[in-house]
Amino acid sequence: MVQNYVFPATVSEAVTFLSTNRGKARIIAGGTDLMLELQDGKNTCDVLVDLTRIAELKNITEENGYIRIGASVTHAQAAKSDLILKHAPALAQACRKVGSLQIRNMGTIIGNIVTGNPAADAAVALAALETTAEVTTLEGMQTMPLEDMYAGVCLSCIDSCCQVVTHVTFPVKKKNQGSAYLRMEQRKALALPMLNVSAMVSLNGDTFEWVRLIVAPVGAGPQHALDAEEFLKGAAVSEATIVEAGKLARNQAMFRSSAIRGSKEYRMGVLPVFVERVLHAAIEDARKA
Amino acid sequence: MTNQTISFSLNGEIVEIAVSPSEMLLDILREKMHLTGTKRGCGKGECGACTIIFNGKAMNACLIPAMRAAGADIQTIEGVEDAHGLHPLQQSFIEKGAVQCGFCTPGMIMSAKALLDKNKSPSKDQIREAVSGNICRCTGYVKIEEAVEDAAARLRASAVKGGEL
Repeated sequence: MVQNYVFPATVSEAVTFLSTNRGKARIIAGGTDLMLELQDGKNTCDVLVDLTRIAELKNITEENGYIRIGASVTHAQAAKSDLILKHAPALAQACRKVGSLQIRNMGTIIGNIVTGNPAADAAVALAALETTAEVTTLEGMQTMPLEDMYAGVCLSCIDSCCQVVTHVTFPVKKKNQGSAYLRMEQRKALALPMLNVSAMVSLNGDTFEWVRLIVAPVGAGPQHALDAEEFLKGAAVSEATIVEAGKLARNQAMFRSSAIRGSKEYRMGVLPVFVERVLHAAIEDARKA
Repeated sequence: MTNQTISFSLNGEIVEIAVSPSEMLLDILREKMHLTGTKRGCGKGECGACTIIFNGKAMNACLIPAMRAAGADIQTIEGVEDAHGLHPLQQSFIEKGAVQCGFCTPGMIMSAKALLDKNKSPSKDQIREAVSGNICRCTGYVKIEEAVEDAAARLRASAVKGGEL
């Protein structure tokens, strides 16, 4: 049962609150998942340490060739941000898909990662953008690649009783680079993704310099379609290579049959189409710039 | 557990209330302030029946810790009507038949109001996005969409006249 609720003014104050409460205090940002977990008894703490009034965590900025997103930036805020629309259309598209408008007005991008859900929309887009997290404890700040933040399905490596993910960063988009995000869903709103994909492409004329292609939910956190990425490196930008990438992604994807998200067979069947579509969209974004 | 007294703006008036750190804003509004227009539907942020306007944005009151209300500007359905009578949204919902059982209506109107407060000429897509987090099991949404369009037109007309409706 929550006994105390505090609003630290700075990150160092927040980690001090965590430390003095020795595992009994927990970080809250948007709270859209945490409040339900606390009510259902799936999570427990004595003190909630609210990040939403820490000024330095509220913004999206461009610094030294990187886009930097603070811990209390919401999905609604990112979906409308000029910086995100310019440098990371994949993330803006993903943020528009989360929950409902009310949830997007509360839930944070970083919370979307820290909850550990393998098909979390924003996290799937961020995985294609080569995202790094800044994690602060009483001892100091460390950086952690997004891929290293997942300990299992719906299990994060981040311990919100002693660590604060203050920001995530990814490189600004260069010329000839583009990104896109796509999900399959049963309804246009308030629906879990049946599967989701994201891609970032770097083009060199009519060939792919490199591609980052993400598929979810097929493991702990968003997963790279490694065979397809390897195949596309240096390959021609053509319908044939894009179709082949879709097949390679399907061959490597291990969906489980889920009563909520759909059967393994169905999702395996549609995945190549979604890979083709997301690659086309990312290429279009790259050529627009 | 110690209650803490917080103050916030509720429907334009500053209020003070003692809340416990484990309470949710929806429960404070309904059970302590007796403003039962804000409904509890799913209690999980999935139906939108508890939608309020929190610092200008539509949010689910069932997911907001009560402590977070400290210093906030909160509007509930009870504050939508003013001294001149019903808000254009309320009038349009009645006239267009957008209310059947009525349980979703307060949340629907708060979501629509959050949109119209910022945009008095919304497109159909913008209206749909604004109310897409509110579930209605009666109307099929067509009449709700028509009511929001109608209310937007009334608000535009009143702005032209330079007065309040």
